[in-house]
Amino acid sequence: MKEAAVVQDVSVSYDRDEVIRNLTFSVRMGEFFIIAGPNGSGKSTLLKTLAGLLRPSRGRISLFGRSLESYGRRRLSHTVAYMPQTVPLDFPFTVAEVVLMGRSPHLGLFQLEGRTDMEKAREAMERTHVAHLAGRPMDRLSGGERQRVFLAQALCQEPRLLLLDEPTAALDLKHQVHLMDLLEELRGDKEITIVMVTHDINLAAMYGDTVLLLKDGRSVSLGPPAEVLTFDALEAAYGCVVLVDESPLGRFPRITPVPRRYLGKD
Amino acid sequence: MGTPEVRVNADAVARPVTLGRVAVVAVSLTVVLLAAMLLGLAVGSSGADLQSLLNVLMLRNTGDPTLHTIVWQLRWPRVLLAVEVGGALSLGGLVFQALLRNPLAEPYILGTSGGAAVGAIIGILLGLSQFPGVSLTAFAGSMGALVLVMMLASGKAVLRKDSLLLSGVMVNAFCSALILFFVSTTQDARLHNILFWLMGDLSRADPDQGLRLAAIVLPCAAAVFALARPMNLLLLGRDAAESLGVHVRRVSWGLLVVTSVMVSAAVCGSGLLGFVGLAVPHLLRLILGPDHRVLVPACLLGGGAYLVVCDALARWIPRQGEMPAGVVTAMIGAPLFIALLRRSAR
Repeated sequence: MKEAAVVQDVSVSYDRDEVIRNLTFSVRMGEFFIIAGPNGSGKSTLLKTLAGLLRPSRGRISLFGRSLESYGRRRLSHTVAYMPQTVPLDFPFTVAEVVLMGRSPHLGLFQLEGRTDMEKAREAMERTHVAHLAGRPMDRLSGGERQRVFLAQALCQEPRLLLLDEPTAALDLKHQVHLMDLLEELRGDKEITIVMVTHDINLAAMYGDTVLLLKDGRSVSLGPPAEVLTFDALEAAYGCVVLVDESPLGRFPRITPVPRRYLGKD
Repeated sequence: MGTPEVRVNADAVARPVTLGRVAVVAVSLTVVLLAAMLLGLAVGSSGADLQSLLNVLMLRNTGDPTLHTIVWQLRWPRVLLAVEVGGALSLGGLVFQALLRNPLAEPYILGTSGGAAVGAIIGILLGLSQFPGVSLTAFAGSMGALVLVMMLASGKAVLRKDSLLLSGVMVNAFCSALILFFVSTTQDARLHNILFWLMGDLSRADPDQGLRLAAIVLPCAAAVFALARPMNLLLLGRDAAESLGVHVRRVSWGLLVVTSVMVSAAVCGSGLLGFVGLAVPHLLRLILGPDHRVLVPACLLGGGAYLVVCDALARWIPRQGEMPAGVVTAMIGAPLFIALLRRSAR
């Protein structure tokens, strides 16, 4: 069993609109899999479907060799962690309390967090470099710190599959790279598979093992970044002209959007 | 922004929810509640001196029988009712705040109270007795309002906070119009009844009422307590809660129904008491932190104590007679709430 997720001919509809159409792909275990595409291409819908939050109207999904439907809510929460784009937390929880919530799937109805849970929370906070913030209320964090706290919460859940919806969207350059490095590190030394949604194709190129490029809920291309992020595919997906060359850092493509003033007048 | 500021608030770190902590909070608030109840039993218009009051409270038979009757026949049912109503309203506020993910929500916002008021007024106008007549019409009214709110905010949107909030506001506005209509067409003695009820009044408590209300409030509170941890997770939003293993739909509906039963039962017994469901949870959250496993028992006990004190003030402040407890809860609650709001905004 080498597949973390297998998606077969899946369609997803909101009301009548088909947002995801006949997608088929699989995610290998331990892979850093990136779903990219323009706004409204169905990236987040696909991720929510993988998280079991939306039901596909057609097709089959299996996670780790078991059909997604056969997981109960609780069992699924032991296997998959999902980090939404923004978490609307208006209550004065501290960082440590929020991270500890990640232990919830592993606790019984009236069971309180014990020593092991505290230990796991501390470990998760150390991994995402927020341990020094443990007692800080959530509303006194920067955007980057906040995302790292929710990442720690997800890790605390001890998932085999980590689903992230645009975790870098609200972050500045430094924190973007920091978070992505962190994810790469996690993937490297734990048996964890990461599926991440982003509209930043350069991040996808730099960090992804596999990229799925979506447009209007369909797959434009699928494969390693160098094969997927080509001029033609990007033009088809985003409908704009980009330059694609090799990054000075190594064997992945670098994508440069081209302003109109550099395009010929035709 | 650059260098992380290492300043660990030791207090906040050391506040994991343990059995010991829940017990300490519960015991201390029980002590507060008992003190408030003693105050509630002692305050009144009889003008008895402290010594004879103490005798009566200690259940010694040496005190004068009139005072004994006043304390145990008149004040005790009232104190008991205040404890239950205050606890139920505070807990109701806490639940609605979690469901709407809005620390400023309260039971009244979902139209529960407005519906109960309309039902009760219809009952009063029909000349029904306080129990079971008016209680039942009030209960039916609040459940009707709840169903209406749910229908307005129906479908997938039901658990989104703004749709629920807006529907509640609309239903409440409609209920207010109905109430004003009834008030303006009523001229006889029943008007006094209605007005007192609208202002929140504990003076007509009878001993049976306390027991009946306890039979509703206690099981409901237990159910809410069982859902305390899922309530924490609900604050993270629907998707995050769901992926942490919470059956969001089931839990939300469960909480909504249980709370509405509890709140409407309380409203039946006391009329409209504003700000109890707002001020008490907010205050306790500031002191104890936002974890519901601590806050649920705390609100039940603290809310009870709060309303007992408010009712004692309502009996003690006026030179002659008394005023409705709702006037006191609003007069304390509203400024307190504004103060809390300003503090949290800073």
